[in-house]
Amino acid sequence: MSDTPVNPVDGLLRMDRMPHIWCGGCGIGTSVNCFARAVAKAEIDHEHLHVVSGIGCTGRVAGYVNVDSFHTTHGRAIPFATGLSLSRPDSKVVVYSGDGDLTAIGGNHFIHAARRNIDMTVICVNNFTYGMTGGQVTPTTPYGAKASTTPYGNYEHTFNLPNLADSCGAQFVARWTVYHVRQLTRSITKALKTKGFSFIEVIAPCPTLYQRRNKLGDGVMTLQYYKDKSTIQNGADTADVGMSFQSDIIVGEFVERESLTFMEGYEKRMKEILGDGFVPYRGAK
Amino acid sequence: MKADPTAVASGMHFIDGNEACGEGAIAAGCRFVAGYPITPSTEVVENIARRFPKIGGLFIQMEDEIASSTCVQGAVWAGLKAMTVTSGPGISLMMEHVGLAAITECPTVFVNVQRGGPSTGLPTLPAQQDVMQARWGSHGDYEVIAVAPSSPQECFDHVITCFNLAEKYRCPVFFMMDETVGHMLGKVKIPPADEIEVVERVYTKRPPGEYLPYKIYDGDQPEMVRVGMGHRIHSTGLTHDERGYPDMNAEAQDKMVRRLCSKINDHVDEISIAESDQVEGSDVTIVSYGITSRVVAYAVDLLREQGLKIGRVRLVTLWPFNEKLIKDVAQNTKSIIVAEMNLGQMVHEVERVVAGKVPVHLIGHAGGAMIELQTIMDKIKEVAS
Ligand code: SF4
Repeated sequence: MSDTPVNPVDGLLRMDRMPHIWCGGCGIGTSVNCFARAVAKAEIDHEHLHVVSGIGCTGRVAGYVNVDSFHTTHGRAIPFATGLSLSRPDSKVVVYSGDGDLTAIGGNHFIHAARRNIDMTVICVNNFTYGMTGGQVTPTTPYGAKASTTPYGNYEHTFNLPNLADSCGAQFVARWTVYHVRQLTRSITKALKTKGFSFIEVIAPCPTLYQRRNKLGDGVMTLQYYKDKSTIQNGADTADVGMSFQSDIIVGEFVERESLTFMEGYEKRMKEILGDGFVPYRGAK
Repeated sequence: MKADPTAVASGMHFIDGNEACGEGAIAAGCRFVAGYPITPSTEVVENIARRFPKIGGLFIQMEDEIASSTCVQGAVWAGLKAMTVTSGPGISLMMEHVGLAAITECPTVFVNVQRGGPSTGLPTLPAQQDVMQARWGSHGDYEVIAVAPSSPQECFDHVITCFNLAEKYRCPVFFMMDETVGHMLGKVKIPPADEIEVVERVYTKRPPGEYLPYKIYDGDQPEMVRVGMGHRIHSTGLTHDERGYPDMNAEAQDKMVRRLCSKINDHVDEISIAESDQVEGSDVTIVSYGITSRVVAYAVDLLREQGLKIGRVRLVTLWPFNEKLIKDVAQNTKSIIVAEMNLGQMVHEVERVVAGKVPVHLIGHAGGAMIELQTIMDKIKEVAS
């Protein structure tokens, strides 16, 4: 059977759970494909990779990756992952969830994990809507866009997620659309190798709800929009990368910095104050 | 297994219940605590924050109680023993993750230093108003274990009980302290480490490929794993099958939820701790728990000296409820009084089990102060006459 083509991402997916639940044209699957390739590129062994999700369409990612994985509660993937990451310093912990889960109900946890510089990679699939519950407005839904709970168009201000992560101290911040699969794979690889809190925003279509309700066509037409309207600006000031309805999209790697992680800060302080009396936390090792 | 001698503060101490609780957790092997400041529980984590850097533990003050209650579960799956500590509004916020611990069978200890509610209520004053919340607070059907200490010594001893039960039964375990017992100073004897029984987590010995995280191989508990053992487990808050994969239908739900309940309800005798004295042939038996039971004990002693025939029952384990014990009491006494710092919570359980066999009375108030000795004595005399 040597000539049977082998999908390079097979090893990272739970094939016994296929087919997945995602709709045709949904961007989540593409992001997972990039993630799987990035894990291979970063040469992270699967026993030391743990994926944690919250709730929602993207929240199902944890269920499909063939590593120790946790599908937790709505918005709370990050604090769960905080306990896991601090207690397994030898592992890489990835939080994989959607814009509603991570930035509405989970917004508080998001900013504090970034502020503390907890060693984790957060991948946010931003499709501007709650998919699982039927297309409600989220903190990233652009002004004027329709959602099931904004039938006359959204009238709230929105989050600029790279800027939010940046201002809270994230060590690595990037944004790509699911059109940019190679760049996205490369940035996830970088994020996985980053010590401390790294954040990737993946702009993705939800053809079933967001695109359809806003008459934006199918998944393919959305990719065309991403292709036409995206500009790569590595190092862009995150204050300038905000988006509006069907606007230009600034993509790229925006932030790379190095500061003490939570654990490094803890150990430094305790050594200074307690000297030999300090017994470092080794988690479950 | 015995406690770790390098960490246990063996010796005689004069400390409050909150500090004793932290010392007990350390003795039990807890090395990860996440919490958020809230009166009257804060001294528990303050002590932990001082102690942990010297014994290789980690305390993290999270952004809120919701985060704290799931952060500790991440640490448990990493392979640690962990707890969170809170009170009043904090325990209300944690309820979602009580449910998560129940459905994922994650051994997690929730310390609740109870204060008066509802809402912000009485931050600095005691109550026993969260007894039903501990049992029913998260949505859905599930069982928990809850233990109520009545002295600083018991804050030490029984938080260890909680950790040991959590490991054995893989469920959320509540340590139901209250403001009075938390702030009460007393003599606390911390035994030498080799005299402290600690239940270590037992991980599966089955190799990857021959193991399912929620399959029952022996007994009625699934075998535990931690991350990194090669089993590539999936754990979800959704209704799941033996593989841990979502399986959302009435049949899977019934099977899973019944097991979550029966794995505790079938072991009430092994879990339950209670004191019972002179119930047989008594005119009245008074049932209480936690700090209230100390006032009750004093009242009972005084009235026995006056010749009254009074039985006394103290529940240390609140949940699962010891039905057999209360049924026995109803066979052997003429009437029952339940004393508790609320407007009637455990009394409903007692009434349900007694089922009209003897009259059941309540001594209760809405919290804010201990129940007065005189109030208890007056009621006992009234019922006994
Ligand atoms: S509803 Fe939207 S986000 Fe959810 S799977 Fe379908 S396309 Fe994707």
